[in-house]
Amino acid sequence: MDLQLPELNLLKMLPEIFLFLWALAIITFDLGTRRKTGATVGYLSLLGLLITGLILVFTGYGRGFGNMFYNDPLALFFKMIFLGASFMAIGSSFGLTNQKIVNHRGEYFALILFSTVGMMFLSSSNELLSLYIGLELTTIPLFVLAAFFKDNKLSVEAGIKYLVVGAFSSALLLYGLSFLYGMTGTTDILLMKVNLAVTQLKFEGNIGLVLIITIILLLAGIGFKLSLPPFHQWAPDVYEGSPTPIAAFLSVGSKAAGLVAFAKIMVNGLYAFYDPVMRPNDWGVLVGVLAAAAMILGNVVAIRQNNIKRMLAYSSIAQVGYIMIGMVSFNELGLASVAFYIFAYMFANMGAFAVVAFFEDKTGSCQIESYTGLAKSSPVLSIAMTVFLLSLAGIPPLAGFLAKFYVFAAAIKMAQAEGSYNWLYWLVGIGLLTSVFALYYYANVIKTMFFSDADSPYKLSFTLPVFTVIMIGLVGVFLFGLYPEPIMKFASEIPTSLGFIVD
Amino acid sequence: MVEAGVGIIFWILTFVIIVSALLVVTLKNIFHSALFLILCLFAVAGIFILLHAEFLAAAQVLIYVGAVSILIIFAIMLTSNMASKKIIQTNQNALVAFFACLMFLVVTLVLINKTGVWNYSTRNLPAENILTIGKLLMTDFMLPFEVVSVLMLAAMIGAIVLAREDKA
Repeated sequence: MDLQLPELNLLKMLPEIFLFLWALAIITFDLGTRRKTGATVGYLSLLGLLITGLILVFTGYGRGFGNMFYNDPLALFFKMIFLGASFMAIGSSFGLTNQKIVNHRGEYFALILFSTVGMMFLSSSNELLSLYIGLELTTIPLFVLAAFFKDNKLSVEAGIKYLVVGAFSSALLLYGLSFLYGMTGTTDILLMKVNLAVTQLKFEGNIGLVLIITIILLLAGIGFKLSLPPFHQWAPDVYEGSPTPIAAFLSVGSKAAGLVAFAKIMVNGLYAFYDPVMRPNDWGVLVGVLAAAAMILGNVVAIRQNNIKRMLAYSSIAQVGYIMIGMVSFNELGLASVAFYIFAYMFANMGAFAVVAFFEDKTGSCQIESYTGLAKSSPVLSIAMTVFLLSLAGIPPLAGFLAKFYVFAAAIKMAQAEGSYNWLYWLVGIGLLTSVFALYYYANVIKTMFFSDADSPYKLSFTLPVFTVIMIGLVGVFLFGLYPEPIMKFASEIPTSLGFIVD
Repeated sequence: MVEAGVGIIFWILTFVIIVSALLVVTLKNIFHSALFLILCLFAVAGIFILLHAEFLAAAQVLIYVGAVSILIIFAIMLTSNMASKKIIQTNQNALVAFFACLMFLVVTLVLINKTGVWNYSTRNLPAENILTIGKLLMTDFMLPFEVVSVLMLAAMIGAIVLAREDKA
């Protein structure tokens, strides 16, 4: 029996291997020191992420394991986001691991790192099987992390809800993927694309109704991960119940992982079937409707929330709606604007959640009214929160404004270029209109902090990790709002490298 | 003659699967439900064998019948009063759920039957089915295979964290 291994090229996946080993070392270190040094374990995790980032810079583009592992601009850009989100989530966890999580700190940090490894692996996968496994490695540690307060009913409820929804959505996604495999006889996405095109030619453009149900299953499966309506109901409950840094990680890291899966399977794999000429196999309009629903529902329901974590959950549902506008704009700006959006969103959202987590650690409250008069007692924290919320709302000159601008620009450009895409104008219109609602509830928090006669009973002084995270967020929001060129240049390589836009 | 025999076996297995699956979600005793779940999964393994997917059949028996069901039964036995309690498996949404599932089933069946574009392989199955799968797992698909072990490790650590009783 001869076993011919593909060309391994293991160096190309050194960042993932290193981060995985580092996570194991963290558990061992935590056990070896008899779980006495919570903060050290946290700092070690941060250090591991920094080193992984450095290795990632030197690894660069390339392939490993034959065709299995593929570092293209899409993979590298999103790996950067995953590492950043993980860094900021761990940085804002130090308050928790000092007070509430006293028994399993090593596992807490290691599970975050495992999930990050899964996301990085997912973004490098070039094939349905490894893509699915990467997605599972992303979510399974997050089930546990959501339920990490074992004695807290809300947290356990969040964990179970996320587990059931996650398993259900994975099953839907897998069912859709199995249809794709059945139609094309391959799991390689590029080959799948070719085979689908061949089948389509053979049947004179009428590939059959089964593609519709495939697309619906895939959309539902990934939609759950993205919390895109109508698959969003789990998000507010899970965000509210789980530890705040984990909610932040869910809203940025896990969402970015879903976006990568969407970009790989739908945008790259099924691009040929995104075209109104291809009716009824066109999925672009369907995603457009879901995006509109996300923007309207997320922004309107967020207004009524009293709990700031629930408010941020609905706001993140709305943000996915804006991101999906970029996803369905198939020009050279489309995917680039999506990447820039999630990059800018990472800084603002992780920063806002870091403030919420810090406030919760000190006061034990997540109610918006607890923030009353905070500007007088803790001005720096309030100003930071204000900046993050304004960036989420899309106010210039912050990064969130440019993100929305690029997404809308991509859609308008597409609609102008092709007459059959004029429904994108409607999408942009809804986006602009709902931004006003968004500004209302973000400004409500700012008003509570700044324009209230009552004095806040809380005086908060920073600790180093939280201060670092908030500073990273502030620098990111301002720097990339004023100077987006390097990031945009990097992001604009994504659509061309995927191969469906030749320029 | 052989074809007819396969057909008869298929219908018997299908009947067993449907009846036992219905019993799993309707019986009042959770222990009986677990037993019928095992029967259902066994019959599915039989279907896999009819399709010449021996590896899937073996995996089905080993994982679902051997591991998962035994775990379920252990969990029932070790939880006090669980096996003798009467459980209600439906709530007010049962009818809605039934029609939603029925609709999904009908739509899927219609769509699959109307499609003639399946990419059938015309080659015969390799005689050493399992050997080929094993080779592929150790060569082309080695990377996902290895990542699955990382996934298992993460799941195991998570399960221990959640299940362990912490000293105050």
